[in-house]
Amino acid sequence: MKITKHDVEHVARLARLRFSEDQLDLFTDQLNTILTDFDKLQQLDTTGVEPSTHAANLSNAFRDDQIRPSLAGEEALKNAPAHERSCFKVPRIIEG
Amino acid sequence: MTKALSQMTIHELHELLKKRAVSSREITQAVYQRIDAVEPRVHAYITLTRETALKQAAAADEKTKQGTIQPLTGIPLAIKDLLCTAGIRTTCGSKILEQFIPPYNATVISRLKEQRAVLVGKTNMDEFAMGSSTETSYFGPTANPWDLERVPGGSSGGSAAAVAADECIAALGTDTGGSIRQPAACCGIVGMKPTYGRVSRFGLIAFASSLDQIGPMTKDVTDTALLMNYISGHDPRDSTAVNREVPDYTRALIPDAKGLRLGVPREYFGASGIDPEVEKAVWEALRILERQGATLTEITLPHTEYAVAAYYLIAPAEASSNLARYDGVKYGYRHPKETDLRDMYEITRAEGFGAEVKRRIMLGTYALSAGYYDAYYRKASQVRTLIRQDFEEAFKACDLIVTPTAPTPPFRQGEKLNNPLQMYLSDIFTIPANLAGLPGISIPCGLSSRGLPIGLQIIGNLFEEEKIIHGAYCLEQNSDWHLTKPSLA
Repeated sequence: MKITKHDVEHVARLARLRFSEDQLDLFTDQLNTILTDFDKLQQLDTTGVEPSTHAANLSNAFRDDQIRPSLAGEEALKNAPAHERSCFKVPRIIEG
Repeated sequence: MTKALSQMTIHELHELLKKRAVSSREITQAVYQRIDAVEPRVHAYITLTRETALKQAAAADEKTKQGTIQPLTGIPLAIKDLLCTAGIRTTCGSKILEQFIPPYNATVISRLKEQRAVLVGKTNMDEFAMGSSTETSYFGPTANPWDLERVPGGSSGGSAAAVAADECIAALGTDTGGSIRQPAACCGIVGMKPTYGRVSRFGLIAFASSLDQIGPMTKDVTDTALLMNYISGHDPRDSTAVNREVPDYTRALIPDAKGLRLGVPREYFGASGIDPEVEKAVWEALRILERQGATLTEITLPHTEYAVAAYYLIAPAEASSNLARYDGVKYGYRHPKETDLRDMYEITRAEGFGAEVKRRIMLGTYALSAGYYDAYYRKASQVRTLIRQDFEEAFKACDLIVTPTAPTPPFRQGEKLNNPLQMYLSDIFTIPANLAGLPGISIPCGLSSRGLPIGLQIIGNLFEEEKIIHGAYCLEQNSDWHLTKPSLA
């Protein structure tokens, strides 16, 4: 077994997801099938091969640090589920 | 038989508009009449923008009267619903963005607006572009116009179906692992994924940022060349959009194939899971190109069999990071009940995302997590290098690589939905080009014995879209698959 139900619960916590018992079983099963198939990558000797994180051979794109107009605050808040004055509003974080 | 306006191509309509033989308003109305007739069966769209479209058409007609018509002026286009459109909701096929109204336009949308193209609506897609069948959309599946019980491919299945069913003149899609080319093949249309960096991704809702690319989905190769002319180019708002001159792609519309060296990769033929009818149709197309002056060479891309595994670790890893932003705070859905912060995050995401998106977030988070990073993400990134090197080597012996686009004609709805790994294998021939950043096109090359479309893929070297257009145009001009239409009976 590549990944246990306990691992799946752990990864779900890292990813801020939550599953029912049934879903945990299903995901454990499916992720095992997928990861077992993907084990074929381990057959390949990749010693000394540089990883590619990108397809384009790009270096950093620099520009002058000029002040330019950006999205207005009220525009940025328009899609927020909750906001107050110029802030996004979230559930209480600190007790007191 | 004369064609209805909705059946025409961009270049045909442009000629009529220029002569003032027809108005954009008439074309736009014809497209909506077609939508009214077939959309209940096809379900290509998530959102239709009829009122603003008719206004845009009227404004385009005004410009035309003033003599300032451009190639896309007044042409009704459909847009995949993950490209941000200011003031028009953009859902990404997800419940979590069901009510999201972007405050700005994607760069490609701004460019189409400068041309005064008409926006018909936002097309259906697999949720967050994760899927190969358009079945994972929160808004329900799209049907394939050729056979309503089959999938249109995915993830840009709504755009592909809209073009095939004449519910628009052309469309934009996005392609992360085949999401333009595979649905184009399934729906019998032309679809191109440009080189990574050719088209700005600003305003594209990110899935896997090192792989995502926007491209045209059209009724013929000429329209693909035209759209490429206007969506390509540098953008200061996307640091990966390369600052490189945009050629006039219509100059590559050359009807013969003299001098083109076509590579036929042995790993893409006779592979397990490939339908013999698909292989036969591709070979017949290759013979046509050969008769038009192309030479065929067998080539090898030895790491092909590892591409799906590498992709389905890299893309989910990037997705798990990109989709972390959907947390119920800045925009999108939030679980409505009063909770603490952690519960709010977790319940919001559990309710807002569908099963496939969660599966990929899980796969990606796992591949990046402590203890597994080297075995999965790093290993996959190294294999990505090997796949790039395969192509570099292959392009020493050929100009273009010709393969099937998808291993089978479009499959039945529901057939692969409960078997993720089977679904992932639908992308087996399209994924390598994304991993290597290469441009690719799918064009129609035949019908199966059941009357379902088959697509041929042409992959080119980096920034060699012109050669691809050349090869594709030659095949199109010497066959008539692009003129065959679904009956939608």
